[in-house]
Amino acid sequence: MHHESQHITPYTTHIWVLITLLALTFVTVTVTWIDLSALTVAIALLIASTKAVIVLTYFMHLKFESVLFRVLVFMVLLIYTLVILFILSDYLMRE
Amino acid sequence: MEHRDDVGAKLGMWIFIFTEILLFGGLFLVYAIMRNHYPTAFHQAAHHLNAFIGTLNTVVLLISSATVAMSVTAVQKGDRKLAVILLFITLLCAGVFLINKYFEWGHKIHIGLYPGSDLMISLDRGWVMFFSLYYFMTGLHMLHLVIGGIILTVILFKVRSGSINAGKFVLLENGGLYWHLVDLIWIFLFPLLYLIT
Repeated sequence: MHHESQHITPYTTHIWVLITLLALTFVTVTVTWIDLSALTVAIALLIASTKAVIVLTYFMHLKFESVLFRVLVFMVLLIYTLVILFILSDYLMRE
Repeated sequence: MEHRDDVGAKLGMWIFIFTEILLFGGLFLVYAIMRNHYPTAFHQAAHHLNAFIGTLNTVVLLISSATVAMSVTAVQKGDRKLAVILLFITLLCAGVFLINKYFEWGHKIHIGLYPGSDLMISLDRGWVMFFSLYYFMTGLHMLHLVIGGIILTVILFKVRSGSINAGKFVLLENGGLYWHLVDLIWIFLFPLLYLIT
C-alpha cells in the first residue's frame, strides 16, 4: 500500500488542546455550583459536547485524516444523535 | 515486501469505536429516561457522589490523553525515548484513576451501598436506579480503561524495542484512538453523574 503524506502535530498544539480541555472542565464544575435549574443539564451537555469535538478533532487526529474518516464519524454521530432524540421525544410524548 | 494497509487498520478501529459509542449510547439513553422518571431521587442521590474525586479523575484522564497524542508526535519524529516516557506517564495516570476509583467505590461498599446490598434494597426505586447506573456505567468505563492500559503497555514495549517506529506506527495510533475513546466516554459520564445534582 502507498503511504499517505504524514502529518506531524506539534507538541505545542497538544499542550494547548490540553489547557483548553482543562479550562472547560473548570467551567463546567463552576457552572454547576450556580443553580440554573433546567438549564444546568443543557449547559453541562453543551460543554461536554464541545470537549468531545476538541478531542475528536485534535487528539483523535480527525482534522488531518482523509475526508472518508471525517464524513464517516460525522454521519455516525449525526444518526446516533437523531436516534436518541427520536426515542426521547417518543418517550416524553407518551402519557 | 510486507503487506500493510494503515488506512484499513485505522478504518477498522473507527468502526469498532462506533460500536462502543452504541454500547454506551444505550446506557446514556437509559440514564436520560430514568432521570426523567425519578427527578428528585436522581437529584438527591447524585449528592452522595464525590465530585472532587470525579473532577480529579477528569483532569487525570485529560492529561493521559494528551500524553498519548504527544507520544505519536515523538514516534513520528523518531524520539523513541520521549515516546516511552510519555506512554509511561499515560499508564501512571491510568493507575491514579484506578486508585481514586478504589477509594470512591471502597467508601460506598464500606457503608453498604452496592448492588444487591440490604441498604440498596431498602432504598426507593429511583435511588436504586441511580446507583445501579452509577456502578454499571463507571464499572464498564473502568473495564475499558484497564483494557486500554494493557494495550498501551504492549505498545510501550513495542516502541521501546523499535518495532513501532517513525515509518510504522499505526498500532500506536489505534491504541491512542482507543484511549481517547475512554476519555470521551468519561467526558460525558462525569457531568451527568457527578455534577448535575
